Amino acid sequence: MTLRDVSRIRLERRLERSRAAAFAIPLLSLILASVFGGILLTLAGANPFETYRAMLVGAFGSRYAISETFVKAIPLMLAGLGVSIAFRMLFWNIGAEGQLAMGAFAAAGTALFIVPHIPPGLALPLVIVAGFVAGAAWGIIPALLKAWVGVNEIITTLMMNYIAILWIEYLFYGPWKDPQGYGFPGTAEFPAVAWLPRLANTRVHLGLLIAIVAAAFIWLVLSRTKWGYEIRVIGENPVAARYAGISTARNIILVMLLSAGLAGLVGMAEVAGVSHRLQKGVTVGYGYTAIIVAWLAKLNPWAVLVVAFLLAGLLVGGDQIQITMGLPASMALVLQGIILFLVLGGEILTQYRIRLARPAPAPRPTDAEGAPS
Amino acid sequence: MTLALITSILAVTIRAGTSLVFATIGEIYTERSGVLNLGLEGTMLMGAVSGFAAAYHTGSLWWGVLVAMAVGGLMALIHAVLTVSLRADQTVSGLTLTIFGTGLSSFLGQRLGPAGKPLVGLVGPRFERLPIPGLSDLPVVGRALFQQDLLVYVMFIFVPLAALYLYRTRPGLHLRAVGESPETADAEGIDVYRTRYLYTIIGGMLVGLGGAHLSLSYTPGWSENLTGGRGWIAVALVIFATWDPGRAVLGALVFGGINAIQFRMQAAGTTIPAAFLGMLPYAFTILVLVLITWLESVRKRVGAPAALGLPYVRGERKS
Repeated sequence: MTLRDVSRIRLERRLERSRAAAFAIPLLSLILASVFGGILLTLAGANPFETYRAMLVGAFGSRYAISETFVKAIPLMLAGLGVSIAFRMLFWNIGAEGQLAMGAFAAAGTALFIVPHIPPGLALPLVIVAGFVAGAAWGIIPALLKAWVGVNEIITTLMMNYIAILWIEYLFYGPWKDPQGYGFPGTAEFPAVAWLPRLANTRVHLGLLIAIVAAAFIWLVLSRTKWGYEIRVIGENPVAARYAGISTARNIILVMLLSAGLAGLVGMAEVAGVSHRLQKGVTVGYGYTAIIVAWLAKLNPWAVLVVAFLLAGLLVGGDQIQITMGLPASMALVLQGIILFLVLGGEILTQYRIRLARPAPAPRPTDAEGAPS
Repeated sequence: MTLALITSILAVTIRAGTSLVFATIGEIYTERSGVLNLGLEGTMLMGAVSGFAAAYHTGSLWWGVLVAMAVGGLMALIHAVLTVSLRADQTVSGLTLTIFGTGLSSFLGQRLGPAGKPLVGLVGPRFERLPIPGLSDLPVVGRALFQQDLLVYVMFIFVPLAALYLYRTRPGLHLRAVGESPETADAEGIDVYRTRYLYTIIGGMLVGLGGAHLSLSYTPGWSENLTGGRGWIAVALVIFATWDPGRAVLGALVFGGINAIQFRMQAAGTTIPAAFLGMLPYAFTILVLVLITWLESVRKRVGAPAALGLPYVRGERKS
């Protein structure tokens, strides 16, 4: 297909949203993504069926596997909820990764330097609050810049990711490094009173409950409160919001406090619930995968929980094929990207029918120059 | 500061800024057509990994450059199909392109070496410095400008041509028209869809070229996340440059300069931790962006193409 053919694709608006398409598209996307992924795996010299089987078994095949998938789902749930509330009003918070790094930093600082001096009962609440506040504080900077000056938040939130990650790396490679750590980049282990409680003998921790509560909270806010109504109006029709006297600036700041605070909780939960220290591997891209989670869930808080669990399965499965078959775990990231591409591309089929336009007239000479074929 | 130091900082500045110039001008062309492509970081990584792999296996730098540009164009094509034809949200599509490119470049980097081994750590061909006889002996500018690699010289020629094309040719005029007012352009007989496809792909090819300059010259070889946010910095530079190719160079040089000074200080054994020096380009990007946005709002002048980010639907009124 040449460029001319592709540019001939035209769309006709359907009279009403197609229910069948809305249901079939995510399913078809998943199947097609598996096919594309399979081609890639074959090219990489692996048997795609075996690989997918290994991924499925690795992620969902046993009680242990499922519990590990939950462990990875918790950060995706919280971060996914965080970015989805910001996306609701078209505030593009791409900074969850940095906000979670700052949350991890504050939680670690509190656990290491404050918790030993306070009553044990206060330890956990303080660590949790510290994580939320630090994330929110990091997120409020781009929010204020956007609300007051109009600075593009995509770039500011993103640049702040790099800064936050360098900051925590500086800490656990430098001044906060555990002197008894045999040179391993990480802080000392937190006192046990600062650990998030775990479920039975798994690594699933209190973060799961926090995520479910957060989803309920966001759902309530969006569907039952005036604030939620304002957020939805700004997202769906910014002009109408302005005429209705809704303050976009105020809502940007408030929403970002919640959004970045939730991302901060991710960092807190990772260090206080999983590793029990601040170390290399806190920032592994949950903040970016959260964007995919939010979009696949159509920004619905309950759907975020489900999608987060499924994508966590993909990540755990990716780790499994790395361990057992020596395939790069980044395969999971590639599959995520393909799935979202297909869902994005398929979305239009709920509203439009595709047809090819009649061949365009012969190209004008000025246009044809430099066209790649 | 001694003259020798200034000269060497200038030379590194230009080398560090080259990939940014290509990527930024590529994105300026894309955005001028009304398409916002936030997939630069992923595209640049793909350009870097594929360019290095191609050069490594063929032994030819030119294959490296060609493959990097082709791969950059293909990445951009995904974005064009999704946003121009299928009217997907440009922001989300671009972000997905970056996530996809980051993952795929990492995957390929672990597979494209000899016999399916990783590329990481391999030494391949690189663009060597190519002093221009006569000019390279000039004081200061000679070493800064004319003892560079071939791609830097390509950039010197490319920048004025890019500006000329945009402002002084018919296709350049059409490009600007499509980004400012697609309805009018369409009425004038310009194919809006085709124009957007074309410049999204050209933009991607230039971003791929920027990636190739990283893996074939500036930091030769491949390592994961080699670009370290340069794709995003290029997105910011487009705003800084107010969508003007000439000003893009200025921005890229400022950032190249920060890189150069950062290296210089590290080499000189400063007591400032490397992590803090590493934060400089990112902090500076934010600072510059705030200043530019503030200045533009004071002057009440918006440099962005009016139709940037909006899908064009032929025959449908804007709501």
